[in-house]
Amino acid sequence: MATQIEPATQTDEDAFRAEVQQFLADNFPAELKGQSNALAGVDGPTNETPAQTKWREAVGARGWGTPTWPKEYGGGGLTKAQAKIIDQEFAKAGAYNPIGGMGVMMFGPTLLEYGNEAQKQEHIPPICRGEIRWCQGYSEPNAGSDLANLQTFAEDKGDHYLVNGQKTWTSGGQWADKCFAIVRTDKSDKHKGISFMLIDMDTPGVEVRPITMISGTSPFCETFFTDVKVPKENLVGEEGQGWTIGKRLLQHERTNISGGGSLARLMGQSLGDIAKKYQPTGADGELADAVLRDKIADFEIRWNSFLLTARRAMEESKAAGGVSEISSVLKKLGTKLSQERSELLIEIRGLQGLGWEGDGFSDGELGAVRAWLFGKATTIYGGSTEIQNNIIAKRVLGMLDHQ
Amino acid sequence: MAVLNEEQEMLRDMAREWTVNESPVTEFRKVRASGEPEAFNRDAYATMAQMGWAGVIIPEEHGGSDFGFLSAGLVVEELGKTLTASPLVMNTVAASAIVLGGSDEQKARWLPRLASGEAIATLAVDEGPSHDPAKIETSVSDGKLSGTKAFVHEAHGADLFVVAAKDGLYLVEKGDGVALTTRKLTDQRSHADVTFDGAAAEKLANGGDNLLDDVLDRARVLTAAEMLGMAQQVFDDTLDYLKQRVQFNQVLASFQALQHRMADLFADLAQMRSAVEAGLQAVDAGFGVARAATIAKAEANRVMHTMANEGIQLHGGIGMTDEYDVGFYLKRARVLEQSFGSSSWLKDRFSKLSGY
Ligand SMILES: Cc1cc2nc3c(=O)[nH]c(=O)nc-3n(C[C@H](O)[C@H](O)[C@H](O)COP(=O)(O)OP(=O)(O)OC[C@H]3O[C@@H](n4cnc5c(N)ncnc54)[C@H](O)[C@@H]3O)c2cc1C
Repeated sequence: MATQIEPATQTDEDAFRAEVQQFLADNFPAELKGQSNALAGVDGPTNETPAQTKWREAVGARGWGTPTWPKEYGGGGLTKAQAKIIDQEFAKAGAYNPIGGMGVMMFGPTLLEYGNEAQKQEHIPPICRGEIRWCQGYSEPNAGSDLANLQTFAEDKGDHYLVNGQKTWTSGGQWADKCFAIVRTDKSDKHKGISFMLIDMDTPGVEVRPITMISGTSPFCETFFTDVKVPKENLVGEEGQGWTIGKRLLQHERTNISGGGSLARLMGQSLGDIAKKYQPTGADGELADAVLRDKIADFEIRWNSFLLTARRAMEESKAAGGVSEISSVLKKLGTKLSQERSELLIEIRGLQGLGWEGDGFSDGELGAVRAWLFGKATTIYGGSTEIQNNIIAKRVLGMLDHQ
Repeated sequence: MAVLNEEQEMLRDMAREWTVNESPVTEFRKVRASGEPEAFNRDAYATMAQMGWAGVIIPEEHGGSDFGFLSAGLVVEELGKTLTASPLVMNTVAASAIVLGGSDEQKARWLPRLASGEAIATLAVDEGPSHDPAKIETSVSDGKLSGTKAFVHEAHGADLFVVAAKDGLYLVEKGDGVALTTRKLTDQRSHADVTFDGAAAEKLANGGDNLLDDVLDRARVLTAAEMLGMAQQVFDDTLDYLKQRVQFNQVLASFQALQHRMADLFADLAQMRSAVEAGLQAVDAGFGVARAATIAKAEANRVMHTMANEGIQLHGGIGMTDEYDVGFYLKRARVLEQSFGSSSWLKDRFSKLSGY
């Protein structure tokens, strides 16, 4: 990334804060207050309201949705301190960051590191403007945890590759414009035969079939490639470098799953406060159910120490320059805790916390049930908890592979 | 596994054969797809009743076989394995209330019909979303019962409600003064809030002061038996899957980390089975029922909770799909976990029963 000059004084920060406040006053449509970014996720079709479009375009034009990305590719070119100010001011105004999705969370940072100049010029600006949706073509029916076993083959045809094979569990595949994929270019070497390439989802021969999930939605697909032509300029890095690049992307994914995005939003919503709305309390406002109270406190203490761990790890990895294997620890801890939280919400709400549909349940209650079910996936995707444990044991702790 | 007599073995084998052949999970899928709030197949229930399953705890003089709760539990466990949707558990529990507390006339009127499947009964106790039998507002005056019961299981198919009021249990027939509001839960089974507005009610006057607790303990052990079947099935399916799924050029079952997980679950399942069977047997023996039923449901809650989560986790991505069955067990598991005693409620009750 380009070198950045840290703001030297408090006055600079104050000036920047004022600039952000002014920007919000000028651009943030009041009707969007309190909304979250419906399009950032991978779990819905693209149906923006005019106000949402306006807000996305305003933030995108400044590059403030990707504040620390370099300015020459459409990012904000800002320091971490300034990015934090944007976060704070947006939060104060009840404004969401309209720029998100897999492009921001994992593909962009990876391309900035490994892409060539032309690729960065082509792909990063539309991500910063929130115009293009990316999906991840990694997993295959026989390449899940053993991702390197992937068989989708890209045959060298001179000026292009001809891709054949099947990906699966492609989140948002049915709504995505483009796919970053790892494919096999050499059948003779498991890891060195893998290459990282970018595939347009509307290329002839790409077909998706949505799969329904236990939460009742269909946010992911089987993706089939039949004689799909991919131009050579869509190869990222060298042929055979795909495993290295692909793994780096996974580190970004893990960091996002655990600490960055979704979990942070839950901060501040104490389970105890929720419990008091559903459960009887005693004279001092304490929960009458002592066992449940103990469980909530136990959870909240571990949740707090997780947030502290996440913060410490971020600071340490910043000093060390980028994401690292600590992302495995964070992913494993954060996903387990958020699953526990969903389960505790059910215990707090009783059967009212298990509604599937109907007027008798609030949107919040129904949303929590779907999130509880969907949340079971977080310990499976992005490298399962078991795989994180293997990474920690082998790469961090140097424990030998005995099998 | 409890030592079974010949009749019990026959009953279990028959239940196993029927559920596997006639009521696999695809039958539950059909019930779900139909979207009917009643959420069970009437023909299938008629067959079950014909096989005698609705009358297992009903005395012979009233048309049942009087085999007892361990026997009923054997059938319910098999039904749990394939997620067979039926009012059998609730009907059995409600019938037990009449057996324990009904007059000769009430028994003669209802038990033969509940045993034959001609009528269906259910139990309505809780008035909020968490189990709390100490908090009952429903009251009766001049034989008219008023109050609202929350999340009543199998309410849509019920002809008769056994209703807890402040001063005891009452029989209320569906009809005038009884209104249902469907509450659709994750398990896609029948649940409703039931409002009784001056509904004609007859007291179950003979069961003594502990009648409500006695009936709830029967609900706890039978619910635990359903969970036992579910847990067993999730365990078996997961083990099969690990033995066939290949990653890293070897079956997943060959990874020690997963072997130990399955060994832990196997041990948990053994505990669950002992606790559930002991609960059922205690009811039959009429001794130490409250404590045994509390342990049975608490262990069922604990083990089923983990089993459902592990079942999904160890299946990986396919465990998250609707096409695969394991998610259904998770969704049913939590509803049962929250019914007739959550884990915290049961721990509190256990402490009280143990005098600390
Ligand atoms: C909701 C959801 C969204 C997803 N989105 C995407 C996407 O957008 N793009 C994409 O490419 N993929 C996606 N995935 C796929 C995901 O990355 C895989 O599901 C994951 O890698 C696990 O692979 P698998 O499902 O084949 O499970 P398997 O690898 O078959 O694993 C089954 C179980 O065995 C365990 N296991 C496997 N190997 C070992 C070992 N060596 N030691 C111990 N335990 C082991 C696993 O941890 C797991 O518990 C998604 C998955 C889900 C559920």
